[in-house]
Amino acid sequence: MVQQSDLKATDSPIIQMRSVSKFFGTFQALNEVSIDIGLGERVVVCGPSGSGKSTLIRCINQLEKHDSGTISIDGTAIDGSKASLNTVHANVGMVFQQFNLFPHLTVLENLTLGPVRAGRLSKTEANDIAIRYLERVRIPEQADKYPAQLSGGQQQRVAIARSLCMEPNIMLFDEPTSALDPEMINEVLDVMVELAESGMTMICVTHEMGFARRVADKMVFMDHGKIVEMSDKEKFFKAPDSERCREFLQQILPH
Amino acid sequence: MIRILLAGSLCLLIAGCSSDWGWYVVNPATKKGMTNLQFLLSGFYFTVLLSVTAIVISVVLGLLVALPGLSSRKGLRRFNRVYVELVRAVPILVMILWVYYGLPQLLGITITVFWAGVIALALSDSAFEAEIFRAGIQSIDKGQYEASHTVALSYTDTMRFIILPQAIRRILPALGNQLVYMLKMSSLVSVIGMQELTRKANELVVTEYRPLEIYTVLLLEYLVLILIVSAGVRWLERRLQTDQRNR
Repeated sequence: MVQQSDLKATDSPIIQMRSVSKFFGTFQALNEVSIDIGLGERVVVCGPSGSGKSTLIRCINQLEKHDSGTISIDGTAIDGSKASLNTVHANVGMVFQQFNLFPHLTVLENLTLGPVRAGRLSKTEANDIAIRYLERVRIPEQADKYPAQLSGGQQQRVAIARSLCMEPNIMLFDEPTSALDPEMINEVLDVMVELAESGMTMICVTHEMGFARRVADKMVFMDHGKIVEMSDKEKFFKAPDSERCREFLQQILPH
Repeated sequence: MIRILLAGSLCLLIAGCSSDWGWYVVNPATKKGMTNLQFLLSGFYFTVLLSVTAIVISVVLGLLVALPGLSSRKGLRRFNRVYVELVRAVPILVMILWVYYGLPQLLGITITVFWAGVIALALSDSAFEAEIFRAGIQSIDKGQYEASHTVALSYTDTMRFIILPQAIRRILPALGNQLVYMLKMSSLVSVIGMQELTRKANELVVTEYRPLEIYTVLLLEYLVLILIVSAGVRWLERRLQTDQRNR
């Protein structure tokens, strides 16, 4: 019995997408996309701009509403209902390219507002947890500063800590290093690698192939709203099936 | 602010030296002048009370009208449009007359001059406040809503803790404008007999026949009031802007 339930927990995917399509007007951003993501799995999504990578992860946490197909998280259908909204709030954290910190709140307030307003934690509990996560992203000393007083890399680490304070099971990263100066990219990637090693389920849209090589369990290449290539990282980097993926990798990998 | 007042006083002093002026009507050194001056100054009470009450109501009303204007539902947006266009089209003086003389007849109620003034000013201003709020809220980056969504904030919490605090900072100069505007427009309520600054001046002119001096005092009264408000708004702006500063 115990074994069976263990089996179920690891085998049934925490995120399941089936033939998901999304249109912006007449532009089809996602075209019949299907993917399963297991608990603890780290997925890196790449592809040219406009290929639907961001839309893919934004549909998972309902920032975009998909037009057809089904998405489920932990068995709950993501359909815009109250139940699906609660599921998203309870399970999914997200980090944006532009950080999207709340500029009028201090770092600590940025971190505690969500958990406190959701009624999950008291103010003091939330503060304790926030400090713990700030330590984990290595900037506890910035707790009382405002976002504008931090560097881009620090801001993005605060954004990661803010998501973690909601204790999510799944973290979505939407090009988290694309808006950063080159010298700040690594401090953010280091935090992400640590997070991956701690067993967090992660879906990362990124072109940082070094990061992908280190942590990815599954590589996804998208083009024109479709998943063109989906394989483990060894195959992906050495011998991808599709010509399009090979070309893309040649262009973005260092010479 | 002190400098502006000094310059103004200096101009008056120079002008006042010519024989055409009769400053005796408001000369605090004489008993009569002092009484007149006190009579004029007593108008501050209702001007301030009326304007402040009206601006508070109009800001709340404006926000309540602005939010439907930002909705994805067409019906709510239409309500916002109709309200703004209708209310904005009514001249304030007409609104005051309509609320004081028309509304009681329509609703079968009696209404005091004070509340007629407050309602008329608040209604008139609310359409402008609504547009200011709409502009302010629309200026907030979409990412702020998305981030709020990812930390499980409800719509109300997102507005209350994230969007409005930022929007209000941005529209503070415009809100300050409206408050100044309100203080000035409150002079119109004198036509229905509100005992505010302008009414007091009008009444004194009737008994003293010294319009130049009395209206000059009136002018200065508004100037002082509005300079105080401006300073207050600027102070508030500075206070709220602390988090935007760079290292």
